[in-house]
Amino acid sequence: MADATGILVFDDAPQGELAATAQELLAAGRTLADTLGQELAIGLIGADPAAAPQQAIAHGADKAYAVTNPALAGYHPDLYLSAMQALADEVNPGIILIARNNEGRELAPRLAFRLGVGLAQDCLEVSADASTGRLLANRPVYGGSAVAVVSCNQTPQIAAIRPKTYEPRDADPSRSGQVMAFPVDIDPTSAKTRVIDVVKEEAEGIKLEDARIVVSGGRGLGGPEPFSQLEELANLLGGAVGASRAAVDSGWVPSNYQVGLTGKTITPDLYITVAISGASQHMAGCSGSKAIVAINKDADANIFKDARYGVVGDWERVLPALTETIRELTQS
Amino acid sequence: MSLNICVLAKQVVDPEMPAAAFRIDPDAREVVPPPNIPPVVNGFDENAVEAALQIKDAQEANITVISSGTSFALDVMKKPLSMGADALVLLQDDAFANSVDSFFTVQLITAAINKLGGFDLIICGRQASDWDNAQVPLGVAETLGMACITLGKKVDVQQSTVLVERLVPDGYEVVAADLPALVTVSNELGQPRYPTLRGIMAATRKRPTVWTAADLDLDQGQLEPRVILHDLFVPLRERECEIIEGDDDADSARRLALKLREDRFI
Repeated sequence: MADATGILVFDDAPQGELAATAQELLAAGRTLADTLGQELAIGLIGADPAAAPQQAIAHGADKAYAVTNPALAGYHPDLYLSAMQALADEVNPGIILIARNNEGRELAPRLAFRLGVGLAQDCLEVSADASTGRLLANRPVYGGSAVAVVSCNQTPQIAAIRPKTYEPRDADPSRSGQVMAFPVDIDPTSAKTRVIDVVKEEAEGIKLEDARIVVSGGRGLGGPEPFSQLEELANLLGGAVGASRAAVDSGWVPSNYQVGLTGKTITPDLYITVAISGASQHMAGCSGSKAIVAINKDADANIFKDARYGVVGDWERVLPALTETIRELTQS
Repeated sequence: MSLNICVLAKQVVDPEMPAAAFRIDPDAREVVPPPNIPPVVNGFDENAVEAALQIKDAQEANITVISSGTSFALDVMKKPLSMGADALVLLQDDAFANSVDSFFTVQLITAAINKLGGFDLIICGRQASDWDNAQVPLGVAETLGMACITLGKKVDVQQSTVLVERLVPDGYEVVAADLPALVTVSNELGQPRYPTLRGIMAATRKRPTVWTAADLDLDQGQLEPRVILHDLFVPLRERECEIIEGDDDADSARRLALKLREDRFI
């Protein structure tokens, strides 16, 4: 498909509003579109994307397709894929961008295989070569110990972008663009899987992904009890508690506490790590933090390479004194 | 009727190796396997073996493990057998070196699955700890047109239906699909069982089936790479860590709090 041109971004709009991931993808896509001198389009999937397409124009899209069908009211990978394929066929883009969030983790590879093309997975940065139209993607591999630069050699070139790596552009309501209805035929019976129950395990208080301050604990805590001390500090700071995979695998906290490559990606202003060694797989989920504090008794621990502030010491003595002093400072 | 289960497993460099042992060959664009640190079965794939064994604990099932690569440490790759899997199929050929291109790997795996007559259930780890691509399972499902459920923390088969507790950011959902289906699992599934002595003895006697490219019905047109690797490098860490020292741990902690206050983080 030599005539494939333009950048197509996919996201859904379940609340009828443009999601943060869509804004991030549009920021990445806008730069590519400007480099290539091509058009940036977005496909917003849902029963009724409502205001989202217009918001997408303000965030940098030239064209916003409302990809609609009543069967797309909730997320279903099989049905979403049919809708995505239909729009990809219509637009015939040179590049497709998808967020590597929980849905994108399955949608992006499946779309690539369905179209018979390659996927640059979990990218931190994408750029385009204006002369060839080629997309170059930087993606962490080996748990973040190395970075691979890859490209795809068929069109559409698909990249899944790690959430929170691109800063959304400020909305510009004066931007003009085209909002287009794109109703799709979807056969609800083509869904091969069905959700029969949903179980919420939301932690109380501020969501980990949204917290300005996060206090996380790791293997070195030695058990579940110390997490109550982490919670005390987090509460004091109006923050949330996270954990390393080692702490989750040990059963000390539920899996939705996990920060890292296969857990949550967080970008707090302050990330306080307690007895976390800082394996690259953990850092993959928190490297966007403005400042990292490391409390670890091993001066050679990896975490000190990424931290702005460090205390080499025993958390059992450091943490209570830290909490106490912060209490005095913030409540006086 | 016995349930036919397939588990995909990959041999990887040990992700728990010391960070200092991690080296790349920038010219070859490859990670240099650390000397004296043996490779391991990808951790998530061991979770997949465990998920298959849990099903086999409850009903009659036959578990075949498939892996592809250029060379294998046989004692490492036999671990799933010693845990309780029934058969091991190794797709081994110098031509199978392309680890970066999932499309290529999927062609090999699906050719092997077809040659084996297909499976009721395919269980895979969510991703491999080397290239973190998380694509092969989904590509196998797409290519074979199977139902696909990702990120399972529990997998159960009742009659001809697979039930999966699938992780979502705020908990989990229970997803069902009619067999045949493909499921990926995550570490939340729990610690894989240790091989028993009896299992290890049984595994010693089992010989893997080894197939080369010539044994597989491969469509040459589909082997063309989809993804090209241009560069591989170790990212620079630029941050200088300020180590806060006090008279003792508690004093260091107090100084840390004051520093965070001074720099307006709290």
